Amino acid sequence: MLEIEIDGKKLTVPTGSTVMDAANSIGVHIPHFCYHKKLSIAANCRMCLVQVEKAPKPLPACATPVTDGMKVYTHSDMAVKAQKGVMEFLLINHPLDCPICDQGGECQLQDLAVGYGQSGSRYEEEKRVVANKNLGPLISTDMTRCIHCSRCVRFTEEIAGYQELGMPGRGEHTEVMSFIGKTVNSEISGNVIDLCPVGALTSKPFRYSARTWELSRRKSVGAHDGLGANLVVQVKNNQVMRVLPLENEAINECWLSDRDRFSYEALNSAARLTQPMVKDGGQWKVVGWQEALELVATKLKGITASHGADSVAAIASPNSTLEELYLLRKSLAGLDIRNLEARTRLGDVRFETKAAGWLGQSIVDLAASESLLLIGSTLRKEQPLLAQRLRQSVKKGLKLALINPHDDELLCAVAGKLVVRPDQLVEGVLAVLKAAADITGKAVPADIDLAGVEVSTEARALAELIVAGEKKSLVLGNIALQHERAAELHAAAAALAEIAGATLGLLRDGANSVGADIVGFATNKDLITANKKAYVLLHSELADLKQGAKAAFEGAEFVVAMTSFADEARDYADVLLPVSPFSETSGTFVNMEGKPQSFNGVVRPLGETRPAWKVLRVLGNILGLNGFDYDSSEAVRGDVLNGDIAKVLDNTPAKAVAVKAQATAGLVRLAEVPLYETDALVRRAPSLQATVDAESAAQLRANAATLASFGLVAGGNACVQQGGASVTLAVAEDAGLPDQVVRVPFGRATLALGSGAIEVIKA
Amino acid sequence: MVTSNQAPTLSAESQAQIDRELAKYPADQRRSALMSALRIAQVEHRWLSNELIAVVADYVGVPPIAAMEVATFYNMFDRAPVGRHKITVCTNLPCALSGGYKAADYLKQKLGIGFNETTADGKFTLKEGECMGACGYAPVLLVNNHSMCNHMTPDAIDKKLAELE
Ligand code: SF4
Ligand code: FES
Ligand code: FES
Repeated sequence: MLEIEIDGKKLTVPTGSTVMDAANSIGVHIPHFCYHKKLSIAANCRMCLVQVEKAPKPLPACATPVTDGMKVYTHSDMAVKAQKGVMEFLLINHPLDCPICDQGGECQLQDLAVGYGQSGSRYEEEKRVVANKNLGPLISTDMTRCIHCSRCVRFTEEIAGYQELGMPGRGEHTEVMSFIGKTVNSEISGNVIDLCPVGALTSKPFRYSARTWELSRRKSVGAHDGLGANLVVQVKNNQVMRVLPLENEAINECWLSDRDRFSYEALNSAARLTQPMVKDGGQWKVVGWQEALELVATKLKGITASHGADSVAAIASPNSTLEELYLLRKSLAGLDIRNLEARTRLGDVRFETKAAGWLGQSIVDLAASESLLLIGSTLRKEQPLLAQRLRQSVKKGLKLALINPHDDELLCAVAGKLVVRPDQLVEGVLAVLKAAADITGKAVPADIDLAGVEVSTEARALAELIVAGEKKSLVLGNIALQHERAAELHAAAAALAEIAGATLGLLRDGANSVGADIVGFATNKDLITANKKAYVLLHSELADLKQGAKAAFEGAEFVVAMTSFADEARDYADVLLPVSPFSETSGTFVNMEGKPQSFNGVVRPLGETRPAWKVLRVLGNILGLNGFDYDSSEAVRGDVLNGDIAKVLDNTPAKAVAVKAQATAGLVRLAEVPLYETDALVRRAPSLQATVDAESAAQLRANAATLASFGLVAGGNACVQQGGASVTLAVAEDAGLPDQVVRVPFGRATLALGSGAIEVIKA
Repeated sequence: MVTSNQAPTLSAESQAQIDRELAKYPADQRRSALMSALRIAQVEHRWLSNELIAVVADYVGVPPIAAMEVATFYNMFDRAPVGRHKITVCTNLPCALSGGYKAADYLKQKLGIGFNETTADGKFTLKEGECMGACGYAPVLLVNNHSMCNHMTPDAIDKKLAELE
């Protein structure tokens, strides 16, 4: 600990602190631009100059380490003179075009210029002008305004993991840019908009649509992945205009993924459903809520009466709130309907956890692991900010290892990896399990048959890594959880975790997957292929479900879709009920670490749209059920989350599953849900859909040898046949895939495809 | 200079030289070898096209923009095609005070080109350079980045130009 005095206040700070850290700890503000607590120190803006006793000239607070007994003056004449001098220099080449700048009103340069700038400029010569750059559909540039703080550059390199932005040139010719012709493609790229202290990088979708002082700020929670990022939703005229991160060090830190940041565009989409509608003789008819709900009640009653309660199923998006799911369950339970599923992409009906499946620990604890074995996950796309956090952990010593059916870059150092065919994922885990059992001398459970399992050197290295050390984690990602042998993967991973003394975690895909498990939205039956007589859909669409969903819905007697959008469900539903997306309802999401986060609606529901929990409350009453007199979503939440949430979380396999290595051969598909195909909102956010990631959602990828074996060339087209259907996709090369693996994503472009044997021909 | 759509390649010899440079730095700091690698690539290809910069970046194992930063920082890297002989005249202050501009003007008149231009026969390119650390021998010029010529009076310039093929 060191003693320091700042502006006459004495304090002690840990060794290694900078003057900036010390000042921040006691709330003394030192003006700055390039300094950011999450980025490395660049010390290139010089705005933070302060006076230090005995130093002959002002020193940059952000880069000056505290020494014992140091006396710092942040507002002395010398300091202020230096700060004003820097400001004058910064403004020399700044266009001072605040009235037409999108950053106006929330610009650090503007704010500090008020404090440290002059009322007029002594500089009368020509200012420099810098050409704008095309950084893609999300980030807009006005590069003349750049003050070269390099925050954006450091962000791409240090936080996003790959330097997409740089500062070519020298002196006044320095310009921030991406490499010629490239856009910024990081899944968390939007953060540079927040970081840029001036209006050089601004949000493209938000551009010129509102001024910061016109916006009201409301808290919410990210609705697209299991992290539960905290949001500030900014609203004008009852419309969501923009979404920014709300700092929460334990969850999203000060960042936001592009998915959470830009999905709001869909909230204002023209495709929104605004009135209840029923299909009458093949024609859609607008009706009142009462009429629509009465029809739903009558139909569901009728069908359960004539075909039994088992003939009805409810399928909900895992991004539905806890309250919606609970009331849906409760109202259907009144008709004895128990077929409920929110794990819409589950590939294996045998997969079952003892209680709700979760991360197994907090996000902070996971990131503090000594070693972490990630099984079947494209982490950067599945949980973008978790990948970011682990990237920082890796820099601090976390040993991150992978068993994956691809070799996608995590943009951080990887301590070991095993790349296997997607249909050999179980065998990959078994190999590590066998090696781990061997190293520790511990026995594996009897249901796991290790006969014929071969241990490669990679598998052995992973086993050594995961059995060593104290704090270890083993995590199953989306590829594992959506795998057709997910139950076997689960059992093998659980056994490995047991032997290694590691914490087993599941990376849940939805914003409320854990909450859905708690409510009981998990049936170990395939509700689609079972061709039920009636389906109740909550926020879920065909692209969330498997092949056959459309046929099942069309074949059903009655389908009610509780949705925010009119453009899809009208093809197969009989009743459309406009229910609120997350922005228009209060509710709760339980994130992957089992933390319930409640939020309020940030805008009024659009048109006749109503929060689904209220709709279901009315439905419960129409059905004549008791216990539907909730007056708030908090009351509903109180009914679900009563007591210690830890008691309803448990990743242990519910039943023993026989696990045995199987030999596989031939062409196999690696199907994943792409970054911007995850849910109804994301799929309707135009800017996200214009990204490179969205483009790859309609691509077939394979390694060069595999492409060649089918006569395919990158840039050409391929016809893919699977499950009796075929689609044509653009072809791209992916050198990280094993031979005879085609990466055909799961999304709208490939919706027709089924599972099983796959064929590829040149198109 | 012909530009083709094909990405430029690094010859085995250039690769070997870059490898030697890379070996000087820790494995996780390959970026340190960028300046040398770009120099080697430039010697082979005469100038650094965007495509060549990307190839070098790829070879060194860094993002292309990182190589672009280095390639655009130092003015001995040529970002556009140059003639067979690149003559860089120092015009920084000490040289400027001792005939640097005169030497440059003489060259301009003699070659019939301005700074950053190439003679029609593709033989000479004239550039303006920064201090070469030889201020005492002004005027100073550099031929093809590698050979430095001092006291470049008009006579000396004539002689030098005659030597260059
Ligand atoms: S664009 Fe913005 S963040 Fe990037 S260097 Fe310029 S001022 Fe800084
Ligand atoms: S904040 Fe210290 S130099 Fe920029
Ligand atoms: S100024 Fe020309 S060599 Fe130094």
